[in-house]
Amino acid sequence: MLVISLLMLAIAIVCSIAFGVTDIPISSVWESFTHYNMSTEHLIIRTTRVPRALIAASVGACLAVAGAVMQVMTRNPIASPSTLGVNSGATFFIVMSTSLLGISGMGAFTWVALIGAAVSGGIVFTLGSIGRDGMTPVKITLAGASMTAFFASLTQGLMLTDGKMFDQVLVWLVGSVAGRDMAQLQTVWPYMAVGMLIALLLARHLNVLAMGDDVAQGLGQRTAHIKLFAAIATILLAGASVAVAGPIAFVGIIIPHIVRYLVGNDYRWILPYSAVLGALILVAADLGSRYIAMPKEVPVGVMTAIIGVPFFVYIARKGRRT
Amino acid sequence: MSTLEAKGLGLSYGGEFVFEDLNLTIPQGKITVFIGSNGCGKSTLLRSMARLLKPQRGSVLLDGGDIASMSTKEVARKLAILPQGPSTPDGLTVLQLVKQGRYPYQSWLKQWSREDEAVVQEALEATGMGELAERSVDSLSGGQRQRAWIAMTLAQETPVILLDEPTTYLDLTHQIEVLDLLFEMNDRDERTIVMVLHDINLACRYADHIIAIRDGKIEAQGEPSEVINVELIEKVFRLKCDIIPDPLYGTPLCIPHDNSRLCAARQRRMRRI
Repeated sequence: MLVISLLMLAIAIVCSIAFGVTDIPISSVWESFTHYNMSTEHLIIRTTRVPRALIAASVGACLAVAGAVMQVMTRNPIASPSTLGVNSGATFFIVMSTSLLGISGMGAFTWVALIGAAVSGGIVFTLGSIGRDGMTPVKITLAGASMTAFFASLTQGLMLTDGKMFDQVLVWLVGSVAGRDMAQLQTVWPYMAVGMLIALLLARHLNVLAMGDDVAQGLGQRTAHIKLFAAIATILLAGASVAVAGPIAFVGIIIPHIVRYLVGNDYRWILPYSAVLGALILVAADLGSRYIAMPKEVPVGVMTAIIGVPFFVYIARKGRRT
Repeated sequence: MSTLEAKGLGLSYGGEFVFEDLNLTIPQGKITVFIGSNGCGKSTLLRSMARLLKPQRGSVLLDGGDIASMSTKEVARKLAILPQGPSTPDGLTVLQLVKQGRYPYQSWLKQWSREDEAVVQEALEATGMGELAERSVDSLSGGQRQRAWIAMTLAQETPVILLDEPTTYLDLTHQIEVLDLLFEMNDRDERTIVMVLHDINLACRYADHIIAIRDGKIEAQGEPSEVINVELIEKVFRLKCDIIPDPLYGTPLCIPHDNSRLCAARQRRMRRI
């Protein structure tokens, strides 16, 4: 089944490269790699479409894996980088650093986003764990919701006081994978790869952690270490994603649920499948976003919200544990 | 066989000690039951002995070594703990649950082995869960679910098993089923079993050694027939009772008194019938 999913992902990527405001025949897509001739078509493919598809795939994979890891470490079915304030923290830090410190450039952006993700993630985990009963799903959800609202307000405040920046960051703020180049992806790629590697190495331990702290500790797991590594992985994955594509919501929540439905409870399978399906859905959503208001494009963040909200309500109503 | 003892153990929540300077030796290869009223500290004590809580003072010794300074995996190969009311992720199967019991034996180099597989099968058979191995844990009855969890602790292959209220939320039939299973584990493999129970009568029937706890102190300990008497129950549970021999095994059976103020009214009502 992983092979089928990978195949579907490959098809989606090819479609994403070929279709859009300018449709390009698949044969030219192929030619642009084998016999590059500087034509407009080839230029679009190499400088716009390919980076866009690869960024969508990478960001989708990272957000889905981050969501899966967060859901198990907080034992909370609606945990994800967007619901627990990690994305909004990273966003605020980027907006703040652009506005107040005049920072620009992808390398700086990435670091700022990672710090923002770590700060807000840290605050949420701390707030959600205060008290004798430790971290509970309700407390962590409340902490996440309040930090998300807090950072969102700060971001809006900054944007209103700084008109120039408004246009600059607006599209980025809803989450978009368009208009980025390959260099931007290359800057964040190492962080994504390390985050992904840590997450995959943790899979076996996450299976045990999913049964609760007491059981995990009883089985000889150093749960604090595992949670720390899990937090580092999610911050790298989410921070790097936000730096390149802005805060894209819902991929992190819904993909792990779909994957658990498909492959069951073993995180050694859940994580790789989440990566592939997360990539697939974001590439597909990005492709769809080109057609909704043709010839204009809707940011992909809007697309994921349209798909994600009904699903989110479904999960919340079902109230399933992870 | 492994020895388990507490030396000068003290644990506090926010400055107030739940227990202080507590000394205790768990008899090897026996069934030990902690009894006491709600909030007396028996669960806290059990959880500290399983290193789920960190005592501020004293130490818990497992085979003579302080568990706080042993590697937690090493502890997990000697001592298993089944916490109160554990929950599984949705859809987790019995087999998947029991397999987690092998976690303390695995590492980067040593993943799933044939020995692990054999131990898991044995645990499933011993608990009668073999046929239910592919069922999801949340689809089982309360008693079966508890048996699945016990199978997981068995797969851990530890000489000592601690259980925090393993019969809570179970009806009487399932309580007996779970306690019988634990008795069998003890009788056949000589595993040391330590548990917290609320039912004094079942505690008396199944325990070799009873430890009665009141306000974080050991009020009495020993064989049920030696320690359980009217005075102790009154002291530990603030309950007046009669003690008669259990008609099956002759172990102490506690008949609780009701509020003396209501006694006359109740007798009047019974005469009418």
